[in-house]
Parts: sequence; C-alpha cells; structure tokens
Amino acid sequence: MTDTLTEHADATLHKGEPLIEMDNIGKSYGAIRALQGINLRVNAGEVACVLGDNGAGKSTLIKIMSGLHPHNEGSLKVDGQLVTFGSPREALAHGIATVYQDLAVVGLMEVWRNFFLGSEIVSSKMPLAAMKIRDMRRIADEELRKMGIVVKDINQPIGNLSGGQRQCVAIARAVYFGARVLILDEPTAALGVKQSGVVLKYTAAARDAGLGVVFITHNPHHAYLVGDHFMVLKRGAMNLDAKRSEITLEELTGQMAGGDELEALAHELKRDEEPKGTNRGAHASERTDGGTT
Amino acid sequence: MSQSVQSPPTEVQDTRSENRVTLGLTNRILARPEVGALVAAIVIFIFFIAVAPAFRSGASFFTVLYQASTIGIVAVGVGMLMIGGEFDLSAGVIVTTAGLVNSMFCWWFGINLWVGAALSLVFCLAIGFLNGYLVMRTGIPSFLITLGTFFVLQGANLGVTKLVTGSVSTPDISQMDGFTSLGKVFSSSFQVGGVTVWGTVIWWALFIAISAWVLQRTKIGNWIFAVGGNAASARAVGVPVIRTKIGLFMTVSFLGWFVGMHTLYRFNTLQSGNGVGNEFLYIIAAVVGGTLLTGGYGNAIGVAIGAFIFGMTSLCIVYAGWDPNWFKAFLGVMLLLAVMVNLWVKNLSTARKVG
Repeated sequence: MTDTLTEHADATLHKGEPLIEMDNIGKSYGAIRALQGINLRVNAGEVACVLGDNGAGKSTLIKIMSGLHPHNEGSLKVDGQLVTFGSPREALAHGIATVYQDLAVVGLMEVWRNFFLGSEIVSSKMPLAAMKIRDMRRIADEELRKMGIVVKDINQPIGNLSGGQRQCVAIARAVYFGARVLILDEPTAALGVKQSGVVLKYTAAARDAGLGVVFITHNPHHAYLVGDHFMVLKRGAMNLDAKRSEITLEELTGQMAGGDELEALAHELKRDEEPKGTNRGAHASERTDGGTT
Repeated sequence: MSQSVQSPPTEVQDTRSENRVTLGLTNRILARPEVGALVAAIVIFIFFIAVAPAFRSGASFFTVLYQASTIGIVAVGVGMLMIGGEFDLSAGVIVTTAGLVNSMFCWWFGINLWVGAALSLVFCLAIGFLNGYLVMRTGIPSFLITLGTFFVLQGANLGVTKLVTGSVSTPDISQMDGFTSLGKVFSSSFQVGGVTVWGTVIWWALFIAISAWVLQRTKIGNWIFAVGGNAASARAVGVPVIRTKIGLFMTVSFLGWFVGMHTLYRFNTLQSGNGVGNEFLYIIAAVVGGTLLTGGYGNAIGVAIGAFIFGMTSLCIVYAGWDPNWFKAFLGVMLLLAVMVNLWVKNLSTARKVG
C-alpha cells in the first residue's frame, strides 16, 4: 500500500515543506462571521488535525481550502503562491483533494465510474469520444487491490460497499490522481472501530508518502493516533494550536470536550445517590462522549 | 506502521479468486433498468395481438412506431434530463412554440422558411438555457422553474398567434419558399415492401443511439449520472455540474424544436393551444422505461421502450375497435401496470444482488 502511495505521490514533495499556509483567514456569510483569525500550516509529510464541536467552523475551513467558498479575510498561500479558489476544480488543479464524510461518492454509480469521476480516461479530446472503459475498470481494480481494498465486483454500485470501504476508495482515488494535500472531512465519524482503523491506516500511509494531510474530526483519540499538529476551533476562532510534542492526549481531550464548561456541566448533572467511585468513572466517560459527539 | 500497511496486498493475492464474484447471467440482465419496461411492453404487445386483429400487420406496426416516435424523440432528452436529476415541464408546449415561431415569423416577413427554422432553433435553445440557468442560479427546483416557463409559453403561444393572425391557428405556409426542402428533412416518409415508414422513426432511432452512446460510453454520460445521483459530490471531484445540467435542458429544448418542425411541415398549419399535457407523456415514458424519478439511474433504451408502450396503447385501442374516448383511462391503467411490473422486476433483481 505504501508502495502504491509512494508511486503516485508527487516526487517533488519534501517532508516538512509548507504546502498550505493560512494567515489570519476569515470568512463571513453576510452578517455572520463564521471564521476569523485562522493561522494554519499544512506541511508535506505531516498530518494537521483540526478539531472542534458542531458549528465551530470546521466545515467553513474545509470549504475555503477545497474551493467551495472563497475566503474574504486574510491570505491563503499554496506552494508559496497567493491564491483564492473560485471552484473545486481550481483547488484540484493545485493538488488539493478533499474527501467528504457524506458526499465522497455517488452511491448509484459503479465503483470504477466513481473512481474515475471527473478524471475519466478518454480516447480523444472530442466531447463525445468514448471512454476507455476496459482500462478504467482494470486500473480501478488494480489500484484498489494494491491499496488493500478488495471489492467483490468493480461493476457494482459503490453504494453497496461499507462506509469504511467507500471512504477508502475516495482516498485511494485522490492519491491516484496526484493529490499533494489531502483534506479528510470527519473520515471516521460514521464508522465502527475496525473500519475507523482502516481509514486511519490510510491516513498514516498518505502522510508517510509525503502528502500533506488535513484531518478534520470530532474525535481527539483518532486525531492523536495520526496527528503531528493540532488545532481546536471554537466559535469560528482558534482555541488551541499545538505541536504533538507540546500536548498530551488528556489535554487534547479536555480541550475538545470543552474543558471548564464540561467540569461545570458535570457538576450540574452530578447524581448524589451514586457512590463516589462510580461517579468519577461516569465523569471520565462523559468527557470522552463529549469529544466524540 | 509500514509493516502493518504492507501486509494486506499479499493477503489479497491469495484470496483473489475467492473474492471475485461474477453475477449470474439472469441477475445481470435483471439488473438493467429497461428490463421491467421490456417485460411490460411484451405483455401489452401480446395482449393487443390477441384482441386487435387490425394490429397484426407490418403497416400498423410501423404506424405505432411513428406514433411512438413523436413522443419518443423528446422523451430521449427528457429521460437524460431526469437521469441528471431535473424535470422539464415546458417540454410539451415548446414543441408548439418552435413551430409557431418558424411559421409566423416567416409568414409575417415573407421570407424563406429555413431562416425561420434557424431562428426557431436559436429561440428554443435560449429557452432551454434560461430554464437551466435559472434552476442552477436560484436553486429553485426545476419543477417550479419549468412550470413557470410552461405557463409563460402556453399563454404566449395563444396570445402572439391571436395578435399576428387574428385567430388561434397559423396560416397555411405550404406555398412558401423552403417548405418542400424542410418537409424532406423533417416529415418525409418512404415505402418498404408496401409499408409506410416515417422519417421520424429513423430520426428517433438515431437519437436513441446517440443518447445510449453518450450515457454509457462518454465522460459526459458519466457526469450526467453523477450530477443526478449526487450533485454535491460530483462538484467536489471537479465535474462541471452547472454546465452539464444547462446542457441537458438545452438538449430537451433542441429535441422539442425537432418535433415542432416535424409537426409544422407535416400539417403546415398549427393550433396554438397544442402540446399542453405532452410533457407528462415524456416523463411517463422515461419513468416506465426505468428512469429513477429522483435522478441518477436509467438508460436510453428504457425510455425508448416507454415511448413505444405509449404509441402502442394509444393506437391499439382504435385497432381493437373500442371507444377511443376511453383512451386516457386505458392509458393510465397500462402505465400503472407497466410501472408496477417494472418495480416487481427490480425487486427480483435486487433481492439476489451480491454485496
């Protein structure tokens, strides 16, 4: 798997080199300020984790990087050049590929059609030229197998695959088409433990191949498994910005779960009839739940 | 890390043959969208062969094909549009609008009909573009936008015709320059072994073939399925969603124009109130043919079979000697049955699908 990733990964990528640099980025929708003062660096060969509760501005941040909405404050540099993306096509042209949690694939279409969607292999530039369907089927099947994803039938609708497999196909596709930066939007949110593990392995493999990865999640445990850099968003602003060496999982979980707010909530919800020990146990699990919901 | 990630491929090699699942032939056939419609068409065909003796001839079969083609040509476009996830309710009246623009423009200014035909084409494409542009720009469902265009065109057809000619029908243009040559293109017919074959049947077959090619074999077809199945994810991987959908609306209005030309050059005068209600026949043909009402699924052959069922039903009632007043009621029953057979076949095929 790592071999395939290395094979397709851009050879000009050097670990630690900045790919995306955001300086004081902000975004307003009309009178609503969804995001402000964001400084984020995505380096080659590193995983930058963005954590935050619902409505913290994670989606807005992804949308700016992936070209769905342009930013209207601050500066966005890709490979050192100032850019403002007008469409996802422009972001893709810069090698920034996004894998969305819910809209990674078109469920009714076959696996191979999904794999090549938007980058079809055609026999000529004519608008009605035939696609090289046999090649597309073969390549999609080979690439997925090389990456350890075995689909029983490459011609089945992708909606028949499990959620984890769909995510993996979408990641494999982005890497195959030469992504330099991979943005993963809550890739593990809807998955079970085992499937999350598969997705996290791919994330790490993409990192090892030299890609810059932006990992957006609710789950500090998943983030800490693969992350090099952590950023916690709260109400559209940065609440925490730390390197892996500067923070422990407990601190990250605490930050993510709301820190002081959760302490207050735990106090408020305290159930007096429970023995002291159990109460502390409940407290700990609440913290974790706060992080995953 | 690299140790653990490198292990899966070897494992994959070993289980390769076991993991490969090929569906059985019957399942692969049943999984196609048009199979339900085909079964329904065969049942209805056998039924009418049994009850309508007049249907048992090559001549009446080709008359049925002609009847089907007048609906089927526009249905080709409507089917593609529905696979792309949109509706066009103005597709019925635009046929009449196309003919009216051509006829009255040339009659009023006394110029060659070819000029009017070209002008009419531009006009229809513009309406298709406007439909698509408004849908994409405003985000209002195409059902509402095209319902608006439908009423505007329906009113304008009547109003403008009344202003220009003083009545609700257009003047006779059969003596004007270009009528004969245009007639050859749009409304010719020829004899094969004593059977009259209308040109529109050939055109219809051609449009079906192009549509089937585009949908299954080209990247534009891939995009059409994608924008209908999940527009947001199509956009995220770089599919030009807006261009694809506007193109589909324009395809429908182009095919509407084509049938409008046929109607005009076959009958040389037009009733300005015609075409209302046909938009539903196109949609029904597409749905009977296995197109998913919500988009993302269907094919060209299915839509063609849907139109054929319509043509067969509408004429065979006459062949069977029944009161034609009952036609619509009978059509409704036929269509409901067709859709139900369709659904039943679909359930049969999906029940056995391998995951």
